[in-house]
Amino acid sequence: MIRSGSYSGHARIGIMEALPWIAAIAVYFLLPEYLSLGARIMIFILFTLSLDLILGYAGIITLGHSVFLGIGAYTAGILSVKLNVNDPFLQLIAGCLTSALFGLVSGAVILRTRNLTLLMLTLAITAIVYEIGNKASSLTGGADGLPGVQVNPFFGTFEFDLWGRTGYVYCAIVLFVIWFVVRRLIYSPFGAMLTGIRENTPRMHALGAPVYQRLLIVYTISAGIAGIAGVLMTQVTQSVGLNVLTFEVAGDVLVMLILGGVGRIYGAFVGPVVYMVAQDLLAKQFPEYWSFGVGILLVLVVFFARGGILGLVDKIVDRARTP
Amino acid sequence: MSAPALETRDLCKQFGALTVASNINFRLEPGARHALIGPNGAGKTTFVNMLTGALPATSGKIMFGGEDITQMAQAARTKRGLGRTFQITSLFRDLPVLDNVALGIAEREGVSLNVWKPASSYASIRDESMAHLETMGLGPEALLCVKDLPYGKQRLVEIAIALGLKPKVLLLDEPAAGVPSLESGRILDVLADLPKDIAILIIEHDMDIVFRFAQRITVLVQGAVLTEGTPDEIAGDQRVRDVYLGEGGHD
Ligand SMILES: Nc1ncnc2c1ncn2[C@@H]1O[C@H](COP(=O)(O)OP(=O)(O)OP(=O)(O)O)[C@@H](O)[C@H]1O
Ligand SMILES: [Mg+2]
Repeated sequence: MIRSGSYSGHARIGIMEALPWIAAIAVYFLLPEYLSLGARIMIFILFTLSLDLILGYAGIITLGHSVFLGIGAYTAGILSVKLNVNDPFLQLIAGCLTSALFGLVSGAVILRTRNLTLLMLTLAITAIVYEIGNKASSLTGGADGLPGVQVNPFFGTFEFDLWGRTGYVYCAIVLFVIWFVVRRLIYSPFGAMLTGIRENTPRMHALGAPVYQRLLIVYTISAGIAGIAGVLMTQVTQSVGLNVLTFEVAGDVLVMLILGGVGRIYGAFVGPVVYMVAQDLLAKQFPEYWSFGVGILLVLVVFFARGGILGLVDKIVDRARTP
Repeated sequence: MSAPALETRDLCKQFGALTVASNINFRLEPGARHALIGPNGAGKTTFVNMLTGALPATSGKIMFGGEDITQMAQAARTKRGLGRTFQITSLFRDLPVLDNVALGIAEREGVSLNVWKPASSYASIRDESMAHLETMGLGPEALLCVKDLPYGKQRLVEIAIALGLKPKVLLLDEPAAGVPSLESGRILDVLADLPKDIAILIIEHDMDIVFRFAQRITVLVQGAVLTEGTPDEIAGDQRVRDVYLGEGGHD
């Protein structure tokens, strides 16, 4: 099973790959009371997808990915609240670009390191940006965040409604576009090359690949996508707060990716769906056990299902095929 | 006289207090068939790692076709035409055999930055990868995962990857070590067939292979060049016999 760019495989879109979109449409019509949860899940799918690109495909390990979500989210918030720029697409593009730029600059420094040093630097950068978000209150609203973010109606017509219909459709469309782009990228020579770096970095050097430069490119792309997720979050909740910059969010997205399956595009879909639906069902009823349950779940995945849920599905399918 | 394909001047390498290369002056002529021999731990692999840029030299110079490449990054040296194989097999174990070769060709062709076209649509890269695999007798295994190949065939993949880079200088670090005779015969045949303008440096413990293949031999002992000469000169050198051949390599 080839899940990334391969010179020996093919890149056709399979029937199964329509499932997420069929599900998204079905939810819209069948579960209208869940549209705001659905939008949140799609935002996290986008965010998880951006993490998958660097962690799953390129093998860059990070514990501070929330910094890009946060920069995207605050860019949209500041644009609206401080500068009165309320065009949804302008906010989207601006959030994507600022986050990508931050990815480029911070990546240029930290991607020269590896392993534990890299991990520590991602933590450090996120901690610093969090503190800036906290202290620069004239810009960010400090601990109060920025409530009252405005978003103009889409194409002058579709306003964010109380039931979250517009938000849901908007998030679905953005996710679809980004999914398409990411999928192209993963199956391209660039994606194949990233897989090579993840699998055997010294060999890629010896093949003539300037590894650092390539990692910087994918880090920047990933940051841009995470920034888009952040903008969506601000737009849908019409506010932004420090929570988007926390380690907790960085940890959540990592858990979601590991749960779904690292290094596969649909791991980034399955993980957030399972995690956030479970959270919605269980965390309300047993809030005191939620973290405990997530911990146990992680242990189970790490010990018994290294490939996450999708890895497990693969195994079961394999077993069913070979009696 | 043209510049040597590869040359080192007073090349030194230290790991802490341990000297692994001391003032190595070495020339690899264009089109050479040159062997580097020496006991285990002599510093042969370390020397190759410095040549390719996998390890920085402590001091000294490395010249490639007359150009100083001492400070050049590894990838840039590869792009200049410096190819290698690894003593310890270094492959993309979870990828198909064909992709192992194709990734190198893609770098050589400079297509790796394309983010839009499917990799599978590069028929020319696939075909060329396939051709190199067939050269190594690996055609039937092209679509298998590398890790499912027996060790001997993985060694052949190492060579196929190097061929795909179309190097001007090829550094082979014990390409046939631990390889069953069928595959090692294949490796020797392929090496014998390589274009004459490629300069080849081979590290090898098997003296039969060394004397069959090499026109010049350099003997490295404890990080220093003991001597260099034609196979006959080396075979007749008493010091070489003492430190190396005497250990029972050649009879
Ligand atoms: N990264 C390193 N750090 C410290 N010491 C090293 C390192 N790499 C190699 N050495 C030491 O340098 C010496 C030379 O090693 P090298 O691998 O170059 O020898 P070699 O001639 O290739 O040996 P062999 O024939 O066994 O392959 C050895 O003593 C080895 O332990
Ligand atoms: Mg060695």
